Formats: sequence, C-alpha cells, structure tokens
Amino acid sequence: MGDILQVKGLETQFRTRNGTIHAVNGVSFAIREGETLGIVGESGCGKTVSMMSLLGLIPTPPGKVVAGEALFEGVDLLKLNNDQMRKYRGSKISVVFQDPMTSFNPVLTIGRQTAEPFMIHNNCSKAEAYERAIKYLELVGIPNAKDRIHEYPHQFSGGMRQRVMIAMGLICEPKILIADEPTTALDVTIQAQIVELVKRLRDELGMAIIWITHDLGIIAGLADRVNVMYGGYIIETAPVKSLYANPQHPYTIGLLGSLPRMDELSYRRLTSIDGLPPTLLEKPTYCPFEPRCPHAVARCRSENPTLVNREGDEHYVACWVDPKTGKEYK
Amino acid sequence: MAEREVLLHVENLVKHFPIKKGVIFQRSVGAVHAVDDVSFDIFRGETLGLVGESGCGKSTTGRTILQLHRPTSGKIIFEGENLAELKGEKLRRKRRDIQMIFQDPYASLNPRMTVGKIIAEPMEIHKTFSGAAKERRVQELLSLVGLNPAFVNRYPHEFSGGQRQRIGVARALALEPKLIVCDEPISALDVSIQAQVVNLLEDLQKELNLTYLFIAHDLSMVRHISDRIAVMYLGIIVELADRNMLYQNPIHPYSQALLSAVPFPDPFIEETRERIILEGDVPSPINPPSGCRFRTRCRYAEDICAAERPALSEVAPGHFCACHFRDRFARK
Repeated sequence: MGDILQVKGLETQFRTRNGTIHAVNGVSFAIREGETLGIVGESGCGKTVSMMSLLGLIPTPPGKVVAGEALFEGVDLLKLNNDQMRKYRGSKISVVFQDPMTSFNPVLTIGRQTAEPFMIHNNCSKAEAYERAIKYLELVGIPNAKDRIHEYPHQFSGGMRQRVMIAMGLICEPKILIADEPTTALDVTIQAQIVELVKRLRDELGMAIIWITHDLGIIAGLADRVNVMYGGYIIETAPVKSLYANPQHPYTIGLLGSLPRMDELSYRRLTSIDGLPPTLLEKPTYCPFEPRCPHAVARCRSENPTLVNREGDEHYVACWVDPKTGKEYK
Repeated sequence: MAEREVLLHVENLVKHFPIKKGVIFQRSVGAVHAVDDVSFDIFRGETLGLVGESGCGKSTTGRTILQLHRPTSGKIIFEGENLAELKGEKLRRKRRDIQMIFQDPYASLNPRMTVGKIIAEPMEIHKTFSGAAKERRVQELLSLVGLNPAFVNRYPHEFSGGQRQRIGVARALALEPKLIVCDEPISALDVSIQAQVVNLLEDLQKELNLTYLFIAHDLSMVRHISDRIAVMYLGIIVELADRNMLYQNPIHPYSQALLSAVPFPDPFIEETRERIILEGDVPSPINPPSGCRFRTRCRYAEDICAAERPALSEVAPGHFCACHFRDRFARK
C-alpha cells in the first residue's frame, strides 16, 4: 500500500528569551495507509512538536515551522493557511490528546463536543450529528450513550473521557489518527482497555495511526513500525520486531536496558544512561547523543550522522559506530 | 531463612477522610474509605513494594505511617512504640527515624531555599549537626547521592528532574533514618533517568542498611526493586507475597488482571500474550461495595463475595491473599 503522508525535512523552532530552541531539526518519515507508526522518545525530544507542526497547531509566535514539507493527498500541509488547514484538521487527520481531564470544555455537554467536528465538516443538521455522535460513542464502548450525551465531562471518569476523545477523533472517519500519549494519564488496567479498543477500531475502520509515547512497552504490542527520536532528530526507524530484537543506536539500546522486565528471574542492575538530554539551544552540528554515548568516537563530535540502512529490512539508524564491535563503520 | 527482625508492624490500619457539608456548622455526611483495615510487617533491611492504581490508598498508607495523617484506628508499631499514640515532642523525635521521598521533585523542594539549606533543614530542626560539622555533612550527603558538593548554593530551578529527586533523597538521608517511605519517587521522571534514581536507591540501601517502603504504580519497576510486594485495591491489601511468587503465580483475580495489563517491551511476547481486560472503573471509595471490594469487576464473583469480606490469609508460606476462592486459584 502507498504512503498517505510524506514528511520531509521538517524543522520547527521556538523563540524564547534565552535564545532559539531547536525543537525539531529535520525530520523525515512516511506513513502508509492503515499502518500504525509509533514515535518514541523522552520529554523534549520533539515527538509532539513534530506532529503538531503538521497540523498547524504550533502557537506562532513563539513557535515557527521554518522548513520542510508534508505531503498529504498531494497537498503540502505546511503551506496551507488556517482556513485551508481546517478542512483537514479534525476530519481527515485528527488528534487524541494526552490529558483527558483538560482537553474538554467543561461547560459543554459530551454530546455537543463529540458531534461538533462532524457538524462543522459536513454541514449537517444538529439531529443528524447527534445521532452519529451516539453511534460513535457506542462504538468506543460508552454504555448507555443515548442518555449520557446530555452529561458533562466531569461526570465521566478518566478512562471514559479518553474513550469520548477517541470517538471525537473518529467521528469524521479520518485517514490518520494522531494519538499523543493517550494513555499516559491513565492507570494500567484502564490503559489496557484503551489499547484494546484502539486495536479493534483500527481493524474495523482501517485508518492509519501515529501513536506518540515514551513507553516502549505499549508500542511493542501496538505498532508496525517505530521511530525513535532524540534531540529533535529521528535516530532510528525500524519495523517493530527488528527494533526490539536488534536495536542499533546506542540510545535505543540504553533505553531498552533501562527498563526492568517482568519475565526476568534473576536480579539485573538496570543500565542507566548517564547525563541529561540536550537543551537544544543550538542546532547540534554533531551527533546530539554524543555527550551521553558510551561508544562515542572522534567523528561523532565533528559530523552529525544521517539515517542509513544498516540492518536491511527497512531498519535505518543514524550512528557512526557499530554497536556490536563498538568501532566506527567502514 | 533466619528469623527476620520486624522494623514496622502495621495492624488493622484504618484511615477515613470525613466529607463535610454546611458553611459554618459543618456536619459529616460520609467518609472516603481511603484505607480500610490494612495489616503488614516490614522487616529490617528489606524493600516492601506497595502497588495499586490511583485512589487505592497506597499513598495514604505511606503518609499515615509517618503520621502526616493521623489514623482513624489501628496500630503502627515502629521499634516497639505505637506511633499512632505518640504526640508532640515524642513523635517529632521518632520522625527522625522515618523519612519520606516525595513524588514530584518540582513541588517538594522550596524554590526560595538553596540546596544546602534544604538539606540542612532537618538537621537544624532536630539539632543533630550545627556549624561547620553541618556544612561538612551537607557536602557529604551531596556526594553520596551523586551530586557535585559545589552545588550547595544553587537553587532547585537550576537542576533537572532527576537531579532534584537526588536532592530529595539527600534530604531524606540527612537524619540517618532507618525507614524511608518512597512515594512514587520515579514516576515524574523520564525513562533513562528513572534507572539512574533506582540504581542510586539500591546502592544507598546496601551501603546504609536502609529499609524502604516503595510505593508505585509501575509494576515492572516495583518488581525490580522490591523483596516483597503488597497489592492494594480500594483501601485493602488483596495480595501480599514474595516478588517472584507474586509475579509468577498471582492468586487474586485483581493481581492477575493487573499483571496481565502491564505491557512488555517485547513485540514477540506481546503477539501471543493473552490479556485479562477488566470491565469498568474502580468504584467510589465513599461507598465501597460490600463484602469483597473487587467483586463488582471480578470474573469469578459469586454470592458469597457480596455477603462476606474475605480475610487476608496465607495460601503458601509467605504468600497471603484475600479471596474466598484462593485455594481454587492457587492450585492452578
């Protein structure tokens, strides 16, 4: 199947009093129809900013998308003005935000908020939109949806609110659903409910999903392909199994090593990654992970590596050093 | 194994928060049953993990041990003395031996105090060190937790989350406590930084012979750091066991579901894993279900579960479970 979204050389910066923050520094990736793409990284690595840039949701000023293109159905999303963008945002590409507590308007009913995107994008009557809202709320497993559309967000629990968010994101049958850490604020048993729900909906409705998270555990059971981000770059991208079985970048290896595993019988000291993530006040001219990297060589300090296919099978990594030998690639 | 020494004994601990109504004449109209009859022991030198979802009462249990909340009823016996009955100066003295590390490293450090002042404050209050000896001790503590001793005059905002949590650890260690209650010390930190702090806590435990009560909701991290683990649900302990026993053979249906919900960082295992998905949400602690607290979401619930509250009793040596059908699940 073909790519439905192609992002090339995306760069986003924020002007602050202390200087320019280089949040995203040239990110390129593509997503295919019906594919689930995981984007993994720690706070401040640019995973959310890169997605919000695509949808024109970066507050300007201070933020600005300074370079790149994002082709969706032949249109460059980054060149659209706000009115044009509205045709896409919420209908063909929609977002589920992290915090189900603050993403709702507390003074509007659940039904009104769920129906709103459909009403705006399809120019239909209120009755029609509400009917559709009920259908989608039932689809995401809200019991008794017909009565509950008259309730307000505070009458719903966290897990239920996240279900409503998903219904709201799906009501216009988007081609791409961007899920920005949708389960981070939820408990594990509720998180498992939401993940199962999204998997079921993906199989039923066939949309592509971009799932942003810092949790390597969730992504393992959900994604087809994973982008690992660090310092505003994609440093490794691979099919999910290849990434976990054969991580290539020292940062990915470090992240996997710092997770305790429940199937380990004997005690293992966690491998921690020393040091701190970069501040991004300057655009790195060399590898952003170099200061924390156990394998760093001279070249890492002078040249920024680009994504290169080292493992075959669509497994790309941006690193000068072969992690198996600890020596520079020839 | 040799007889282990009990450092802290908690017996039938109950903590209810009253719900008040009225403006001037307040009357109680109900209570949040945050902790309802919890009993456990912590042995010297071990780490007891306390896990459960938000609102299950795990933090309240930790805070009640320190007498930050006074218990509604029950005993908290620390080295032979019942903390629940202590007051004033006697309680303050006892607090030297029990310290706490808080969850949010951004909110738990006073932004107007330097790091040196923050760490020295407990020593000033308890008059353990003063003058030059105090300064030396602060520097010692900073290097103990892996921070540069030259940082004493800096303020908390100059540090990252992981470094702030180290400052919190140094402050907790200042009085050489015997027991440290760690209330979700790593959940606000990034993955690669979490491992740094967990490794630090483990090293300190070995070096200083500390005892931890480790409260968290991250089950894989709790398994990593704990010797024994208690699983809480809606104010009660549903299962308590050695960590390997619990993770390999969870008996209580809630523990089973909780463990199966944790995602594995391994796509090969995830592919074939079967999940127990719990229906619905945790009931309100204001009006908890009768009998077994978990029965409203339990797949195996029968009439007896609504009528009678199951006691926490031993299924195998060191493995306790509060379920009417514990023997049936244990055999499997």
